[in-house]
Amino acid sequence: MTSAKSWHRIGQLTDIPKLGARCVLTPFGRLAVFRTADDEVYAIEDRCPHKGGPLSQGIVHDTSVTCPLHNMVISLKSGKVLGPDEGAVRAFSVRIDPETSAIELSLTEASAEAPYPVAAE
Amino acid sequence: MQKLVVIGAGMASGRVLEHLFETDPTAYEITLFNAEPRGNYNRIMLSPVLSGEKSYEDIVTHDEAWYTDNQVTCRFGEKVVAIDRARKVVVGEKGEVPYDKLIVATGSVPFIVPVEGRDLPGVIAYRDLDDTNIMIERSAKPGAKAVVIGGGLLGLEAAAGLRLRGMDVTVVHLAGHLMERQLDEAAGYLLKKDLERRGIAVLTKASTQKILGTSHVEGVELADGTVIEAELVVMAVGIRPSVQLAKEAGLEVGRAITVDATMRTSDSDIYAVGECVEFEGTLFGLVAPLYEQAKVVAKSLLDEEERFSVKELSTKLKVTGCDLFSAGDFAESEGREEIVLRDPAKGVYRRLVLEGDRLVGAVMYGDTSDSNWFFDLMKNRTPVSEMRETLIFGQAYQGGSPLDPMAAVAALPDDAEICGCNGVCKGKITGTITEKGLTSLDDVRAHTKASSSCGTCTGLVEQLMALTLGDSFNPNAVKPMCGCTDLGHGDVRRLIKAKELKSIPEVMQELEWKTSCGCAKCRPALNYYLVADWPGEYVDDKQSRFINERVHANIQKDGTYSVVPRMWGGMTSAKELRAIADVVEKFDIPSVKCTGGARIDMLGVKKEDLPAVWADLNAAGMVSGAAYGKALRTVKSCVGSDWCRFGTQDSTGLGIRIEKFMWGSWTPGKVKMAVSGCPRNCAEATCKDVGVICTEAGYEIHFAGAAGLDIKGTEVLTQVATEDEAFEVIVALVQLYREQGHYLERMYKWLKRVGMDSIKAAIVDDLDKRRHYFDRFAYSQTFYRKDPWAERASGAVAAHEFRPMADLSSFKEAAE
Ligand code: SRM
Ligand SMILES: Cc1cc2nc3c(=O)[nH]c(=O)nc-3n(C[C@H](O)[C@H](O)[C@H](O)COP(=O)(O)OP(=O)(O)OC[C@H]3O[C@@H](n4cnc5c(N)ncnc54)[C@H](O)[C@@H]3O)c2cc1C
Ligand code: SF4
Ligand code: FES
Repeated sequence: MTSAKSWHRIGQLTDIPKLGARCVLTPFGRLAVFRTADDEVYAIEDRCPHKGGPLSQGIVHDTSVTCPLHNMVISLKSGKVLGPDEGAVRAFSVRIDPETSAIELSLTEASAEAPYPVAAE
Repeated sequence: MQKLVVIGAGMASGRVLEHLFETDPTAYEITLFNAEPRGNYNRIMLSPVLSGEKSYEDIVTHDEAWYTDNQVTCRFGEKVVAIDRARKVVVGEKGEVPYDKLIVATGSVPFIVPVEGRDLPGVIAYRDLDDTNIMIERSAKPGAKAVVIGGGLLGLEAAAGLRLRGMDVTVVHLAGHLMERQLDEAAGYLLKKDLERRGIAVLTKASTQKILGTSHVEGVELADGTVIEAELVVMAVGIRPSVQLAKEAGLEVGRAITVDATMRTSDSDIYAVGECVEFEGTLFGLVAPLYEQAKVVAKSLLDEEERFSVKELSTKLKVTGCDLFSAGDFAESEGREEIVLRDPAKGVYRRLVLEGDRLVGAVMYGDTSDSNWFFDLMKNRTPVSEMRETLIFGQAYQGGSPLDPMAAVAALPDDAEICGCNGVCKGKITGTITEKGLTSLDDVRAHTKASSSCGTCTGLVEQLMALTLGDSFNPNAVKPMCGCTDLGHGDVRRLIKAKELKSIPEVMQELEWKTSCGCAKCRPALNYYLVADWPGEYVDDKQSRFINERVHANIQKDGTYSVVPRMWGGMTSAKELRAIADVVEKFDIPSVKCTGGARIDMLGVKKEDLPAVWADLNAAGMVSGAAYGKALRTVKSCVGSDWCRFGTQDSTGLGIRIEKFMWGSWTPGKVKMAVSGCPRNCAEATCKDVGVICTEAGYEIHFAGAAGLDIKGTEVLTQVATEDEAFEVIVALVQLYREQGHYLERMYKWLKRVGMDSIKAAIVDDLDKRRHYFDRFAYSQTFYRKDPWAERASGAVAAHEFRPMADLSSFKEAAE
């Protein structure tokens, strides 16, 4: 694990329902933290690039979420809008502590090449 | 990168930029000047904005994000005052910009009749948004009067818009009949009649002498001495190409800036496009040729070969309800013959002008259904002598080869608009189908947006698909539920029952879903089927519900929620109203509104406040109104025999009885009901999913109506004598629908699919069956007739939904 300074414990894996999401308030707005069917976690900004819809309220499928306002589909891994539409939100690094199952969030952006789900470290 | 400067952000230059970015977004660094303090919008749609049919936001073609994404430097609200060709710079009011290539797209300016009083406040032209806004503003004053000078396209659209906004409008037109450049006398006469019927006064052969008024316009005086009062005068007599800049820069200018077929001016680094252009002696005033020019400019800028040529044009008037069409040349002259059709009773007039065996002109009024076909005959110079006898009746009357229903669509030009909501034209749809290899309507919607808004053009889009894909397109093939499966809704429902599948993972496993956990389309559908088919056994999967049904409130555009409690049958009480008032104040709820469903909506509630809001409403006895659900919504009722002098039965009582029994039930689509106490039908029962009309003899049970995207009157299911029977029939009917309906299929669509006979056979003709359905509904209700608000207000269900998981807002290190 990297330095304790850059990782914030935000709760337990079980705090988020499978195929669900919860919000985390941060200095640059609300993030949505998602849990997939396979217990991976991802964090992206909670603002749809289309008209700002709260992505945390959308339906989660595979590693995507469908925005509740007008159905854009956004990749949880990259924050990019999938399909024919365009746009992106920022994605952040999250990981699960394998011992305690705590979810940890880093407030620096995940790099696009190495999307972070460190479910199995 | 080369520097491209564009003067004027109008219809023509907007298209140039679009084509440029489509082909090579990196070719130029672009600066865009516009004298108007805004970017590109669809100028021709100012008329619907004026009439109130559209808003300015609807007609913006390029918004801020578009300019940012394409890295266009915008200098809006800044006029260009000079072009210095020697130094290759453009001089704007706020500074200079150098260019490698320059586009002049300054459009034109309205022509103002040089009469006394033309400078008075209240005298305007009709060209841009500001003019439109002045008109809208002036029309707000009750009884205000306007004069429109000019009875051409623009003037008439202005007049019709002002009239729709309630103004008293007179059109003053110099020529002998309206739109004399596009219409012949007969059509001009019919148009005048039509406008007069709308309350617009039309004066032809009327010459404006002066405009009266001292500090503000007060009226218009005509040459014959007539005075017409007016607080607003709109001049729409014509336009003049804006060429001053080009002239001063020493470019070759005739009536407008002269260009060659590649749209270059006399300076090969300078292009001109739009209404400010003259090509082979022709000027332009309609968008179709400008769009063609725009394509050419974009190609030329990228050093590709493309040449502009003048094509046949057609005209339509954008006044809702005035159907006219004109194209070509219809002047009488030697060697020409004409064919005329009149149907005075229907206000229909058609005139075709032939030269030799070609159609050279067409004027149509009242019925323009064949306009595209005629226009095509003209453009393609098709010989028409063989069909001369029946030509005037249109395409359908041409014997010989059997009539192809697709022909009309096939004949449409590529730039014909198919989807009005999203402004998608035929070429874009067929092009995308071919290019991307699309085969389903959903794909076409996703890629082109065509028919994805109001859906009224779905039929046309399907025809285009059939045209483009030929036999491989079969709209009647079973539509798979979504991309995750090849099975349609009907098959999935049947298999869930037959194989006794009782959870979403089971369904996906057994029915060989192609994705690991479905998508936002199939999961809510499967969840509904399982809820409906296995009450008491299936555990509702909240993550497969759309947010509104998951948190039992309607999400709003800003992410807040609205809350609508039930008002049984539309009845309320002081206690309920007081509780609502208290909640609104306590939680600072910004809006309270009466809904179209006759109850009260509290809008703008913060998600975290929802449980507390519900707790307070629960305390006053109120439960969720399910305004968010594919579920029983409202049961509207009228006052009925309780109060009304015409009431025949207790309509309020029956409404309440139904709602109290059926609330909480989930259905394939939403279910709205109403009970009216007599055939006057004040509860509007005949446009509901289920409606009852009470009569002296009993109860007429209606169903399968709707008044949303489609308006459909109900069908009568049956007539019964007692309230108990009515109640039983309604409950059984809804259960049948719950068991057979496809997810999101409203009752009227279900009826259309399964047919009236099968429904009557189950609910009306066979009492045993009816009871069966009734019992199954009643059983299901023992699980679902629960207030979802109470469950959540107590914190027992889904507590996590309403609180953030963590608050890291005080951590600073993250700031970028
Ligand atoms: C609140 C209300 C408008 C109002 O301010 O009056 C409303 C608001 C919405 N309507 Fe409606 N409809 C409202 C009465 C109606 C009516 C009138 C009626 O119920 O008598 C109709 C036409 C009748 C009908 O349904 O046939 C109506 C036809 C629609 C439709 C078109 C449905 C269709 O099948 O054609 C939609 C879209 C849909 O359901 O997919 C819709 C959808 C919506 C949604 C849910 C849009 C959405 O998905 O977010 C709106 C939610 C706003 C909110 O958060 O409150 N609303 N809507 C009305 C609530 C009534 C209630 O008390 O529950
Ligand atoms: C109300 C209305 C309805 C219409 N309806 C139809 C219709 O139904 N069908 C149809 O085909 N046509 C219609 N037209 C005509 C159509 O809008 C025009 O043909 C088209 O807009 C011309 O495009 P353009 O780019 O040449 O000029 P414009 O769209 O006028 O754009 C020119 C732009 O250049 C700017 N400009 C001018 N000089 C300068 C300068 N020196 N510096 C900076 N900027 C400058 C202007 O502010 C303007 O924004 C309608 C027009 C109006 C006004
Ligand atoms: S008509 Fe209904 S769906 Fe449309 S804006 Fe109004 S409330 Fe929303
Ligand atoms: S706000 Fe997300 S799709 Fe529109």
